[in-house]
Amino acid sequence: MKILVCMKQTFDTEAKIAFDGDGKIDGKGVTMIMNPYDEYAVEEALKIKESGAGEVTVISAGGAKAQDALRQALAMGADKAVLLETGELEMDEYATAVVLAKAISELEYDIILGGFRAIDDGSAQVMGRVAEILNVPIVNVITKLEIADGKAVATREIEGGSEVVEVSLPAVFTAQKGLNEPRYPSMKGIMKAKKKPMDKKSVSDLGVDVAPKVKALSFSLPEQRQAGKVVPGEPAEAARELARMLREEAKVI
Amino acid sequence: MAKGIWIFAEQREGQVKKVAFELLSEGRKIADQLGEELAAVLVGKDVAGLVDALGEYGADKVYLVEADALENYTTDGYTKVVADLVKQYEPSALLLGCTVTGRDLAAGLAQRLETGLMTDCINMELTDGQLVFTRPVYAGKAFVKASCPEARPAMATIRPNTFAAVAGAKTPEVVKVTPDTGDIRQVIKDIVRQISTRPELTEADIIVSGGRGMKGPENFKTLEELSDVLGAAVGASRAAVDAGWVSHSFQVGQTGKTVSPVLYIACGISGAIQHLAGMSSAKCIVAINKDEEANIFKLADYGIVGDLFEVVPVLTEELKKVMA
Repeated sequence: MKILVCMKQTFDTEAKIAFDGDGKIDGKGVTMIMNPYDEYAVEEALKIKESGAGEVTVISAGGAKAQDALRQALAMGADKAVLLETGELEMDEYATAVVLAKAISELEYDIILGGFRAIDDGSAQVMGRVAEILNVPIVNVITKLEIADGKAVATREIEGGSEVVEVSLPAVFTAQKGLNEPRYPSMKGIMKAKKKPMDKKSVSDLGVDVAPKVKALSFSLPEQRQAGKVVPGEPAEAARELARMLREEAKVI
Repeated sequence: MAKGIWIFAEQREGQVKKVAFELLSEGRKIADQLGEELAAVLVGKDVAGLVDALGEYGADKVYLVEADALENYTTDGYTKVVADLVKQYEPSALLLGCTVTGRDLAAGLAQRLETGLMTDCINMELTDGQLVFTRPVYAGKAFVKASCPEARPAMATIRPNTFAAVAGAKTPEVVKVTPDTGDIRQVIKDIVRQISTRPELTEADIIVSGGRGMKGPENFKTLEELSDVLGAAVGASRAAVDAGWVSHSFQVGQTGKTVSPVLYIACGISGAIQHLAGMSSAKCIVAINKDEEANIFKLADYGIVGDLFEVVPVLTEELKKVMA
């Protein structure tokens, strides 16, 4: 079983956002992590590999620093990594998907996994686009995956419930929290990861057109909310006053 | 030249999602400014009865796409029929609600149409004839304004509760489409619905949320009682989810759901930055917390410093009286 995991390096969830001189989001000094949803994807790939024979390749499009996230996946137990270096190119989800899909099309695969979204852009569209380009079925936002006889049965989250979907392989699946508990890399795993292969390719190596479709015009920070009133009094008294304020003052109920 | 503003009128089990009406109401304004038509795309099985409601919220035209194979949403089936329709009529914009289905459909559809897609948008405006969308990044820690300058249709998913749904009165022209649903590779084996009388977290006007201060799963009952009085959804912080007290589908924040309700009541939530990212666009925030230093008070419109187990039951009783 050949398993590919698409992953992305993102800012840490505790990171504060600031802008650089060009008004763009400044990544200087920010702690970088593997996108948390991609950790579930990596863990699931490793579980599938461990339940039978298989090979796990992790793949990421991004800057040179993204190899730290790939190394982390190798330390968790993935076998090989591919870094698609986008350098200074302006990328949107279309461009990223084109790059990933081209690189994937040169590999063998039965299962492609990824996080259902990244916590930075949060657009939840790259994997859907990759599946479309590769012409393989996708099941999004999964919380359970069972593989048998060239087929997969996945449970996916829908509003107010869940849905069980069957597809033939190869197929793309995107991971939701709850799919599994990602392991931490062991010391042995970290040592081993240093010797595992990391294939690097540039966008020009791939020979694809990556002119983005979406143009970012400007960035801004949310308006700072001001602290409001502390409702005074003993708990019961304050609760009574709050009920009145919500109706008469804030007019939200 | 591509013309027409299209709305994907999401329905499930014969009910149009509220967000579709919100998009029609706002889409109406944009279509009028551009002098273009506003159309809804309604996909399903036996859904013709929903056409009038779409007209009521502003649609000039409804593309009615019905087939047995479209009874349940599947990525392949819905992508195929909507993409075929877009290729035939060439609208200038296609808007979907940022729901589980809207998000699933939009990604593959945008790729098949080789166009740009902006997701989870919280504003849309016309600038020099170009639709400009505002969308949160880092779960709302920052915003980006973006457009899709050349490719058509410009696509976007819009967060529920962003626009008001305003009913007018219109009898839409109906275009019946006999679709080719193609080969649907996703086979739906089962659909499990949790029976809940409460609204969907992302669509709720009011949310009552609990955090570490809830101390255990059994105490969420206190919040359920309050939420039932208000017709609210129940949410949770990551701390409460990671402790295993409630399922992840309740989680609000950067690794959960981003919500924009009218009223958000945070109970026993300290206000970690990743939680605030998911709820700070609420119109009114109430915080109930024992710790007066808690971060959540820095952005709450109303705060009560006190034990939530004393405050919430009284609040529930008081609101019962107020709401009566």
